[in-house]
Amino acid sequence: MTHRSNVNYAVLEDRAKFIRTETVRLTRIAGAGHYSSTFSCAEILAALYYAQMRIEPSDPHWPDRDRFIMSKGHAAIGLYPVLADLGYFDPCELDTYTKLGSNYGDHPDMKKVRGLDFSSGSLGHGLSVGLGMALAGRMQGRDYRTYVMLGDGEISEGQIWEAVIAAGHFQLGHLVILLDRNGLSIDGHTEDIMGIEPVHERFAAFGWDVQRVDGHDLPSVMGAFKALPEGTTGKPQAIVFDTVKGRGVKRMEMSLDWHVGNLVGEDYDDVMAELEAGLQPYEPEPAE
Amino acid sequence: MSTEMQNEAEIFRGTTEGATRFKDHRSVQGTPKKGMPAFVLGEELAEMAKTDPRIVVATADLASANRTNDFNDIHPERFFEFGIAEKNMITAAAGMAACGLVPYVATFASFAAILGAEQIRTDCAYPKMPVRVIGTHSGMSMGFYGSSHHALEDLGMLRVMADLTVICATDANHLRAVLRASADHPGAMYIRLGRGRDPQVYDTVPALEMGKAIRLRDGSDLTIIATGSEVRAALDAAEALAADGISVRVIDMHTISPLDRTEVEAAARETGAILTVEEHNITGGLGSAVADVLVDLPRLPFLKHGVPDRYVEVGPPAALYDKYRLDAPGVTAVAREFLAAQA
Repeated sequence: MTHRSNVNYAVLEDRAKFIRTETVRLTRIAGAGHYSSTFSCAEILAALYYAQMRIEPSDPHWPDRDRFIMSKGHAAIGLYPVLADLGYFDPCELDTYTKLGSNYGDHPDMKKVRGLDFSSGSLGHGLSVGLGMALAGRMQGRDYRTYVMLGDGEISEGQIWEAVIAAGHFQLGHLVILLDRNGLSIDGHTEDIMGIEPVHERFAAFGWDVQRVDGHDLPSVMGAFKALPEGTTGKPQAIVFDTVKGRGVKRMEMSLDWHVGNLVGEDYDDVMAELEAGLQPYEPEPAE
Repeated sequence: MSTEMQNEAEIFRGTTEGATRFKDHRSVQGTPKKGMPAFVLGEELAEMAKTDPRIVVATADLASANRTNDFNDIHPERFFEFGIAEKNMITAAAGMAACGLVPYVATFASFAAILGAEQIRTDCAYPKMPVRVIGTHSGMSMGFYGSSHHALEDLGMLRVMADLTVICATDANHLRAVLRASADHPGAMYIRLGRGRDPQVYDTVPALEMGKAIRLRDGSDLTIIATGSEVRAALDAAEALAADGISVRVIDMHTISPLDRTEVEAAARETGAILTVEEHNITGGLGSAVADVLVDLPRLPFLKHGVPDRYVEVGPPAALYDKYRLDAPGVTAVAREFLAAQA
């Protein structure tokens, strides 16, 4: 387990790499997995769990802990290794990933995964869950924050906007959207499938405070976290993280072919070596 | 909310008065007693919440129609108005439940159950959250508001969901019993209510066990298994048939899931025929749940009575109950025809 006391950017970078390599390893166990949706949020997850959230892995039900909802539940494959690494459960359990009877499926089940604050998988629900947790916390006099990670394709779901309206209305300053703005959904670029820009202005128009930062640059990610206000009343907080779907593996970056996939043989070894070398500068493919 | 519905909501303010103005015509013999058709939902929850800090209540712009405003009057800090956003309300209630609260969320059954079905399954039942989704104005009790506001499919849709208790309140006293039993009931619940004009069946708050039917009248020729709004009609039909020398057992099958198999098996063993009566589409509801039990037993005469598998016509509720033979005379006639066909 990595202790918060010795967290620095090098540690977070290493944990983001760990999230990616574990995602590749676990996908091989399953035979298929969501690589690219997990790679896009690896730095956000690392910074959140290893440096930002108020949690106590020895007491997963601690009432005053910060909550995290992985609303884009298909990225749970990147969350399980983090929870295991922090001590919520034995990392050996990860080897059962997706096998018959395992606690760990492609979409996470709170009744089976220690440290998971809520189940997810059906897109569009997570912000409402977080809204309820934030309302409950304020009513109970607790000052925890509730973080909800949304996919950019996910916010086409109408229920998201029901919750966005309600959070502004209820002035839930301790509710935080983490939008993984990786640009792609399954069928194509989000702006071709169902455009959401200017997404930061849309949240702002519903009464949210919005930051927009590079979701792969750890100082920027941590800077956005540090800028979150204290207190449970005020404008709800949205952080739009501009990210690259598939970031970290060249063949997957902004590729529509890797939403779900499986690396075998040399491809597996090549990708693992590429990940071990760390993030290289992102070079978008030139437009055709 | 339309002006018309706002007026409807106003009618429910002080519902004894409303009941006087809109006297229910469904029950011929069982005239509603004073005060009984009132919605006691908010009042009962407010009383429970005085000693149970876990209880919170939410609605989706129908606080006056479902009387959750009676709760808001007493516990405003524990009342949440979600506006016309039922999906958000149900899922947020699941989030609250994950923090140790026991949320009761109420709106029309057409929106609570049909619009909110996936939220009920995925966010309440599947993670075993103690959310109580309360569908008021169920069946076709909204009358001429039309099929958009009817819920004749909710039992069928929800009883197939694992880890979801589905229960129909019979009248005001029964509703109090259901609510009291619900506070510590494990997992998610769907509580189906009528329109608040339901004729009285229980003189006092009955002893209630989830999943355990209540035998209201014994008999040997026929068992009528009814639920919710149809229990009164079933009792009145039994009384009418008794005058013809026909002995009828009447069962209040309040819990649709899990169903009381034992009581159905007893009826099949001890009485000559079974008739189910429900204010619900004939497909998928109480009758189908009973049939699921009977299919494993020796055959006996069995008839499902409910609303045909089509969208009902426009009309005042009493006219609809008459047309679809779900008032006491209708149920009586259906039972007579059913028994005659066996002769």
